[in-house]
Amino acid sequence: MPVEIKGTTRREILIGGLAAGAASVMIVPAQATPERMQAAIRNVVGEASVKAGKVKIDVPPLVENGNTVSLAVEVDSPMTATDYVKAIHVFNEKNPQANVLSARIGPRAGRAKVATRFRLADTQTVVAIAEMSDGSFWSASADVIVTLAACLETL
Amino acid sequence: MARALINVPPKAKRGQVIEIKTLISHIMETGFRHDNNGQAIARDIITELRCTYNGEEIFRADLYPAIAANPYLTFSTVATESGTIAFEWTGDNGFRESASAKISVE
Amino acid sequence: MGKAKRAHRVGTALRAFAHPTLLLATLLASLAAATEIPLDQRRSGYEDLGPDSKAMQDDDTANPASLWVLDGEALWNAKAGAANRACADCHGDAAQSMKGVAARYPAYDAARARPVDLEERINICRTERQNATPLRFESKELLALTAYVARQSRGVPIAENKDPRLAPFIAAGRKLFEERQGQINMSCAQCHDDNWGKKLAGNVVPQGHPTGYPIYRLEWQSLGSLQRRLRNCIVGMRATAYEFGAPEYVALELFLMQRARGLPMETPGVRP
Repeated sequence: MPVEIKGTTRREILIGGLAAGAASVMIVPAQATPERMQAAIRNVVGEASVKAGKVKIDVPPLVENGNTVSLAVEVDSPMTATDYVKAIHVFNEKNPQANVLSARIGPRAGRAKVATRFRLADTQTVVAIAEMSDGSFWSASADVIVTLAACLETL
Repeated sequence: MARALINVPPKAKRGQVIEIKTLISHIMETGFRHDNNGQAIARDIITELRCTYNGEEIFRADLYPAIAANPYLTFSTVATESGTIAFEWTGDNGFRESASAKISVE
Repeated sequence: MGKAKRAHRVGTALRAFAHPTLLLATLLASLAAATEIPLDQRRSGYEDLGPDSKAMQDDDTANPASLWVLDGEALWNAKAGAANRACADCHGDAAQSMKGVAARYPAYDAARARPVDLEERINICRTERQNATPLRFESKELLALTAYVARQSRGVPIAENKDPRLAPFIAAGRKLFEERQGQINMSCAQCHDDNWGKKLAGNVVPQGHPTGYPIYRLEWQSLGSLQRRLRNCIVGMRATAYEFGAPEYVALELFLMQRARGLPMETPGVRP
């Protein structure tokens, strides 16, 4: 069963790397992650451990507008027939729904990179998980600050 | 009326990694909004984009309400042979839209 | 969402107007007359965009506004109304006939003895030349046609007004821009002449030049007109917005275009 490490222990593991024998550790950002996002991630990765690394999230740290935020996710992978990224999954922490996008790519992609525009309801953490051909999962997270626009149509 | 805009390079060298850009007109109503009477506005989103290259699937994405309106999605593929790169978007309320582009690979 | 975060979210917009720096600047500005931006310091709102939004505007295949421009092209070529006439039937290739038009609008309409903006001009053609029903403000069709026509002026510098008949209307627009209004007694000039470049709730305050209209506004997740954007500003200032099509918007647009004279058109722009 994946073990959720709360509080400073998680931060120590992040800094110290995976401790030997620490099976099924969910590497997630140090602040409290809502159940919803953890459940959505578990839906995708199942019992497997998720390691931090290989994934790069490109998102502005302070968005211009939460209604349309540019996002790019790239995974470090040779993308050969035997060593490639099967899928890239993106999750968010505070929107009403945790899933953002699930993109299935494969060796024909040549490059493991997808980009889109998405919505963020509030300042929160975005998590991207890469599913590899060998069954392993890698992740990265990014903190994004979202403010309301000053000039709107309704008060 | 224009629904979709796709950007596929018309020519590429065999083995070259090409970037594909897609843009489609859609409101992507989340299903989480309420109108002035407090009634929930029903979800109406594109749920999937599928791309094939001479009939073989090279990309498939599941889209969720968090994707912004007028979904923009870019990805890449290896130019293997000349032919047709086809796109199909499907979504709520029977939404279906398709587009295609020819590519010449030498 | 925690109470603190919710309060932060709601409070942010309100707090922006009570921000110490902005409030102080406003107080200082109220002592002196609003100063016009020197011509060589003017810059488009494009310069205030983050790199992702700039990239969106720069790439026609990534700019969602392109969807409307393509629709506009189809409408330009489609027969309409009882006269069964397309825009193309009179105006031919828009790339030729419409080049520079948006850069010199609003323009004086002699029959009406007042200026009209591009949207009204399109509807005048529809009713008088095509015998068709006018298109509703902010309708997909009117936005598409306006975007298509204005797009033909991309790169063209905004024209300096040489028509003396427009002078009183430009003056009326300037008055609207400089006059305080609404619950917080603010004027457009206080933000856009005196505090441009400073931040308001996470966004940079632009100088407010209408170089890219109709724009794809990230907030709307849609294309929209200058009138819609001005209404957003006016509501944001806690003042009463005029109805769509009001002469105040035309006067304001006329003044804003003169204030932006020489800056190149960018339609369709992307803005937050």
